[in-house]
Amino acid sequence: MNGFLQYLSSNVTPGEAGNLPWVVIYVLLIFTGISIGVIFMNWFERKVMARMQVRLGPMRVGPLGMLQPVADAIKLLLKEDLVPEKADRLVFWFAPVWVTMTAFTSFIVVPFGRTHAVTDMNIGVLFMLGVSSLGVLGVIMAGWASNSNYSLMGSLRSGAQMVSYEIAMSLAVISAVLMTSRGTGTGTLSMIGIVEAQMQQQTWFAFSLFPVGLIALVIFSISMVAETNRAPFDLPEAESELVAGFMTEYSGFRWSLFFLAEYAAMMAVSAIATTLWLGGWLRPFPNLLSGPAWDTAFSLVPGLTFLALGGLCFWAYRGMPRIALRNEARGLAGFGAFLAGVGLLMLLPGIRMRVQDIFWFILKIGFFMYLYVWYRTTFPRYRFDQLMRLGWKVLLPISLAVVIVSAFIGVRHELVALFWR
Amino acid sequence: MSDEPFYESLEEVEPGKTFLDSREMVLNMGPQHPSTHGVLRVVLKLDGEKVNGLECIVGYLHRGIEKLGENRTWINYAPFVDRLDYTAAISNNLGYCLAVEKLMGLEIPKRAQHLRVILTELCRLAAHQLWLGTHVLDVGAVTPLFYAFRDRETILDVFEKYCGARLTTHSFRIGGCRWDAYEGFSQHVLKVCDDLETKLRDYADLITGNRIWKQRTKGVGKLTAEDCINYAITGPVLRASGVKWDVRKAQPYCSYDEFDFDIPIGTEGDTYDRYLVRVAEMRQSIRIVRQATEGLAEGPIMARVAKVLRPPPGEAYVSIEAPKGELGYFVVSDGSPSAYRVRVRPPSFIHLQALEKMCKGGLVADVVANIGTLDIVLGEVDR
Repeated sequence: MNGFLQYLSSNVTPGEAGNLPWVVIYVLLIFTGISIGVIFMNWFERKVMARMQVRLGPMRVGPLGMLQPVADAIKLLLKEDLVPEKADRLVFWFAPVWVTMTAFTSFIVVPFGRTHAVTDMNIGVLFMLGVSSLGVLGVIMAGWASNSNYSLMGSLRSGAQMVSYEIAMSLAVISAVLMTSRGTGTGTLSMIGIVEAQMQQQTWFAFSLFPVGLIALVIFSISMVAETNRAPFDLPEAESELVAGFMTEYSGFRWSLFFLAEYAAMMAVSAIATTLWLGGWLRPFPNLLSGPAWDTAFSLVPGLTFLALGGLCFWAYRGMPRIALRNEARGLAGFGAFLAGVGLLMLLPGIRMRVQDIFWFILKIGFFMYLYVWYRTTFPRYRFDQLMRLGWKVLLPISLAVVIVSAFIGVRHELVALFWR
Repeated sequence: MSDEPFYESLEEVEPGKTFLDSREMVLNMGPQHPSTHGVLRVVLKLDGEKVNGLECIVGYLHRGIEKLGENRTWINYAPFVDRLDYTAAISNNLGYCLAVEKLMGLEIPKRAQHLRVILTELCRLAAHQLWLGTHVLDVGAVTPLFYAFRDRETILDVFEKYCGARLTTHSFRIGGCRWDAYEGFSQHVLKVCDDLETKLRDYADLITGNRIWKQRTKGVGKLTAEDCINYAITGPVLRASGVKWDVRKAQPYCSYDEFDFDIPIGTEGDTYDRYLVRVAEMRQSIRIVRQATEGLAEGPIMARVAKVLRPPPGEAYVSIEAPKGELGYFVVSDGSPSAYRVRVRPPSFIHLQALEKMCKGGLVADVVANIGTLDIVLGEVDR
């Protein structure tokens, strides 16, 4: 028991420490966190889209429609479990499980903070890319097993798309990995190592070797949209063409697993982008605004943010018609009180130093998630051939160039030494 | 493609002896499909994503509206034609009324004519906005739909205030209009026009210059002027191919010759040009509405018409420029209170024939873009 609690003040991930109970706790925490994140994203996306499309979005279930995703989830769970007659039942059953599994597994190495990862693998980035790209297998299985033309076409598109964007994506990742070796000469593939390298070099890799890092980030952030099948690259589930693509025959709980996996995968690739280019869990400007005073000031931000969110809830509560929506109003006030309570808790010195990393990391992921929603409301969908052209003829050459340039700059001293003599 | 439909023999073929190339796949799009604009069924012959052949199967919305004309009195039949192209009910109504009036040789009062012009052009605006929203949605952009529908509401408000209905309005009668302009009609309509003009600029900002939109529509579904004429295509689709033909100018009806407006034409005849032409047409419609509202004549709104119409035996054909194209009504009377035959020339049905030519060699995604750009309404296709 003593060792169990002592871990809290240690400085390594539970995986490194070999602390099995904490590994289990972390896995559960991450699983719950991702699920809550998906629920939140569902609400957030609908609200943001609604605002961009001059409508209100969910308003009825719970205060500001915040319980709408929960209601939807319950509806999906209660729906009849349909399997098409001519479907391959086993594969049909396995596909959503596989997709969800891969989407969640990749979170094992995501560092939410220096110690807030299940484990620190020395091949972390590779593991993450590998596992997240296994998801396409599930999509292809779903399309094949459904025994429907739309599903088949959707899964074929998905397969082709994921394979072609993976390359540009991986090359962009390589350029970031190459950057970790600047100065020290030894690079790392560990997710935690990459963030620490950014700390040592006093810069986010997005601004490293300007504009090389930025180009790599842009390539990655385009490819990751294609990789997760989101608009404007949502061809595998193109609603106006293929009805729902590979998910056409799925309903109820199986469909909700696909939904869960899609959003979890979005968060996973956003986490890669954050870790590699946006300094992971590092707070803003640790180089310029350093010192204990600034540390304290920034560590107060998470708690204050939650307090502000709670305040926002109370402000919305005050504006609500009291009689007609009594339960909604109370719920909102209660939620505001909860948020404020969390905020107060996070102001405690012992806790705030531990959780501020998580806050910054999630904030950076949230930035990418907002971009996802923004793309979806703004862009028309690409056509299949245009998608392929963009992947192979535009992104791939640029990312190759980025890799070569960052490699050459990395070894420029050696090169100079070689030819100067 | 041969005349024999390739979809029918699907079930009878022996295994291994298929009529299809082994690389080909048949994809049945519709009648229940999100973007076939109703219950159109399109059977696609695909090689991967490439469309090798296509067949449209229509008739899922057949309600026998032409036949109904023979069983209803001339006046009773008028609300039925609203249900042909339900997105532009007023245009349909106008076409039918004009045909019967021509048969009877009625002279329509000036005020009624002007009211008809105002409402028909507003109806064109509403129909084009509906087209804009759904077409852009087909190509994958979700947001413009909501903007288009929001602004279409303002026009429907005018209809509602004028005659109580918003969609299938039945606002005209044989011999004129049923209702006079309501109080504040001119100001209301002018304000709607002013609002729409700024809104059109917003749409253009969102869509016209969008790179992906251009890539998706430029060079897609090309129709040359010759093709269009051979297929008897009319309306914006024809004009986008560079043929300057507009019934409002060529054979003016309802005193359209009093108004000053241009006919926008395109050059390429592709989906992008058709988009530009329709948007330009919306601006011209606003111009016409402004002129007609400002110069709205005074006087009666109905010609003298009997309670029971018995047009003299004979036949009449009238075509008007509906939002979708040239909409024709051919009515035959044998002197009885109901028509001997009513025949509609629906632009959507005729345009749909060109779909195969437009889609062949393209990709699956182009099929929905092409259906959208033809602006078909299945109520009109199947009648």
